[in-house]
Amino acid sequence: MRGAFANVAGCLLAVMLMALLASAPTATAAPPASLIEIEKQVMCPVCGTLLQLAESPQAQREKAFIRRLIAEGKTEAQIKDALVAEYGEEVLALPQGSGFSLSAYVVPIIAFVVAAVALALGVLRWRRAGGGGHGNTGPAGPKGDDAERLDADLARYDL
Amino acid sequence: MSVRSSIAVLAVLALVGLLVYGLVSKGSSRIAVGEQVPSTSLPRLEGDGDESLAQYEGRWVLVNFWASWCEPCKQEAPALEEFQRQQGSPKFTVLGIDTRDLTDDGREFARSYGLSYPLLRDGDGGAAHGFGTTGVPENFLVDPKGTVRWLLPGPVDEQYLHEQVEPFLPKAKS
Repeated sequence: MRGAFANVAGCLLAVMLMALLASAPTATAAPPASLIEIEKQVMCPVCGTLLQLAESPQAQREKAFIRRLIAEGKTEAQIKDALVAEYGEEVLALPQGSGFSLSAYVVPIIAFVVAAVALALGVLRWRRAGGGGHGNTGPAGPKGDDAERLDADLARYDL
Repeated sequence: MSVRSSIAVLAVLALVGLLVYGLVSKGSSRIAVGEQVPSTSLPRLEGDGDESLAQYEGRWVLVNFWASWCEPCKQEAPALEEFQRQQGSPKFTVLGIDTRDLTDDGREFARSYGLSYPLLRDGDGGAAHGFGTTGVPENFLVDPKGTVRWLLPGPVDEQYLHEQVEPFLPKAKS
């Protein structure tokens, strides 16, 4: 009984290991790099535009460099790292999400939140102060002499 | 003016200041004759290690910004190499700075033109920006004290080098 149990456990373990080994490459393999996708994410340093839009001699060399790395089987991340090693951080169209470059993402979010809070506070204050006419409870229209003159005019023209 | 208004005005001024700084720091003006050159440290195009212009103090240096993808650079490279062969000495050297270029392309360029003078790599264009260049090639003659004595925002040829640069250099090759 114990031997049969050990056999079944052993088989199960083997199947699990095989399944794990079979799934491992698909789970870790990065998608194949494509020139079209990378061109959208990096700059032509000389032209100051996206590589996708650039046709200068420098851009042609940069594209050839990317094609060569793709042919060598490099992943998108590896190719972008290689471009940064050649041209510096400014070759990336979007700054990296770490270090000082992180501020490029964080600052607009903070600015948006601050602006939204300021706008909300402003609207609240405006409403409390009776802005837009919703807070007025008294009768609208002219008062005193103006009211008398208005009544007289209305009576005169039979309106 | 209330405290709140003052804070708002200061915030707006800070924002405008930040934008102006961003615009100013993006552009740079070309170094003029009589000005000191920046002593940025750059990696050698071939081999290991860095070099800076400060290491060339005491020598006349013709700093040549170039790139392998630049056609006029191809035209002037033989003239620069010939000038180095004729004038290169402990008192003078041509110094090539390969800017915004791929390392392998730059090395291939140097090999194909047989460049024997020192070559540095300026991949991100930081040194070119420091000199205020607007393209390649650009040439700057720097005196032994690190001051620009002559410059040409464009390619040189043999005649130009002999007529414009040679008169500045020490007469005897030592």
